[in-house]
Amino acid sequence: MVSSGFSTLFYKEVLRFWKVSAQTIAAPVLTAMLYLLIFSQVLEDHVKVHGLPYTVFLIPGLVMMSVLQNAFANASSSLIQSRVTGNLVFVLLAPISHREFFAAYVLASVVRGLVVGMGVLLFTAGFASPSFAEPGWILAFAVIGAALMGSLGVIAGIWADKFDQLAAFQNFLIMPLTFLSGVFYSIASLPPFWQQVSRWNPVFYMIDGFRFGFFGLADHSPWLSFTVAAGCLIIMMAVTLSLLKRGYKLRT
Amino acid sequence: MTAAVRIVQATKRFGATLALDRIEFDIAQGEFFGLLGPNGAGKTTLISALAGLVKIDSGRLEVMGCDVRSDYRAARRQLGVVPQELVFDPFFTVRETLRMQAGYFGIGRSAARDSWIDEILEHLDLTPKAEANMRTLSGGMKRRVLVAQALVHRPPVIVLDEPTAGVDVELRQTLWQFIHRLNREGHTIVLTTHYLEEAESMCDRIAMLKAGCMVALDTTRNLLDRSARRTLRLRTFADLSEMPGGGQPQGDGWWIFSFEQFAEIEPLLACIRAAGGEIAELEINQPDLEQVFIRIMREQEQVDG
Ligand SMILES: Nc1ncnc2c1ncn2[C@@H]1O[C@H](COP(=O)(O)OP(=O)(O)O)[C@@H](O)[C@H]1O
Ligand SMILES: [Mg+2]
Repeated sequence: MVSSGFSTLFYKEVLRFWKVSAQTIAAPVLTAMLYLLIFSQVLEDHVKVHGLPYTVFLIPGLVMMSVLQNAFANASSSLIQSRVTGNLVFVLLAPISHREFFAAYVLASVVRGLVVGMGVLLFTAGFASPSFAEPGWILAFAVIGAALMGSLGVIAGIWADKFDQLAAFQNFLIMPLTFLSGVFYSIASLPPFWQQVSRWNPVFYMIDGFRFGFFGLADHSPWLSFTVAAGCLIIMMAVTLSLLKRGYKLRT
Repeated sequence: MTAAVRIVQATKRFGATLALDRIEFDIAQGEFFGLLGPNGAGKTTLISALAGLVKIDSGRLEVMGCDVRSDYRAARRQLGVVPQELVFDPFFTVRETLRMQAGYFGIGRSAARDSWIDEILEHLDLTPKAEANMRTLSGGMKRRVLVAQALVHRPPVIVLDEPTAGVDVELRQTLWQFIHRLNREGHTIVLTTHYLEEAESMCDRIAMLKAGCMVALDTTRNLLDRSARRTLRLRTFADLSEMPGGGQPQGDGWWIFSFEQFAEIEPLLACIRAAGGEIAELEINQPDLEQVFIRIMREQEQVDG
């Protein structure tokens, strides 16, 4: 008998966000549009980054920010909901290994991240369209970033016992990491201290690499960004898998 | 034959609480087994440990010969659990829920899967609700879906943790009919319930837990016999106060006699006839599981005290 435990769980996780897509896809796309509208309105005539008009520069960052935040939100909110309502028991009763469990939640998060990212890209195309210099890098960074945040979302969703704990995780970790990552600016424009701080933010490399895919230029070489992003992903996967293997907070 | 469930020296602590204290017993294949005990006795903990939701600190658990830790995939395929809590996924309909559950157990889309799901729905009177969202179902209906979910992968061992708690009489009937049928077809049934008359009428064998300890393990018959305090109540207008056998007058012609063996009845009746009595009414009260349960729990308190 072929084990389809993984595929069913993955399918269920995708179906879960798809069924409430107004909330899980349309809302984040709208949020990104609002950022674009406001920032480009204020800054378009005053700021050029890497020699690009500000709106064009901003779009890839906004796309990536949406990818990352939604990948995180997908795994974390699904898991905390299932734990609070108790229906995670149906998955835990099944012959599903911790690896399958991990893969299903993370891949569904990647799908959600990419769907929202494409939505943002599609709707912002009306304002300005960035080029697609190196699409391979675009895809690589989007997938790595979404997987990393999906994995972090799994940890948050299992660690948090209440919705406000998850909100704290989101507000005090995910938001600062994504906002202070050069979504709205090039770090070259920051004072030296904040440039140093940004170098310690893995999200910075993901956004920088992602942007390189569009413009063929960025603050760092894409290979450096790729190495940092992939390294962080591997570490995050190892941590998440070991928590799941131990049954941390899932199997008491 | 491999035991359906094997529990060897299972011990589990939650902080200072000893939830399971060296529990040990087997459940044979095809048995209808009752797990009884007051709240907090450790019944749910034991079931959760079998299902892999709780990790025991020491000891060993097997389902159909498969260790629940080292061979968890095989063990979980053999086991269907109806959880005590009324949990459900509000995103899905009844049918989606069941298909999903089958999928978790590696059962993909197939005609066999769909017809088995239809059959379960039918037997649990869920067919009219098959396409309804889980959110819209009443508590009793949700409970039926929980039972259905435990059965989608046709497990040989079915564990029901208080399946009739807060459930209407009609559902209890439907549910027990179905469970009995499964038992007749060879499924092993393990049941916890607060309704002792349910356990008494259905279970072949019973284990009683109290505060994590096993305080009784025997066939239902033996448990009832062992603690026999049978009484004979009869109504006659003869005066039985001089009669041997220690009858207690209850007024209005009623007398109560205690006895242990049914063989004691005939001599008693002979005495009454000899005293010139004619019996107007007569009833025999068997000890029920409720009394046995209360007595065993009390004895245990004395031991503990
Ligand atoms: N996850 C848990 N954390 C801490 N204590 C628990 C947990 N689960 C059960 N217990 C404790 O273990 C004991 C047995 O509980 P349980 O197995 O639910 O009893 P029952 O099902 O027989 O009513 C109780 O004292 C309960 O409070
Ligand atoms: Mg219980």
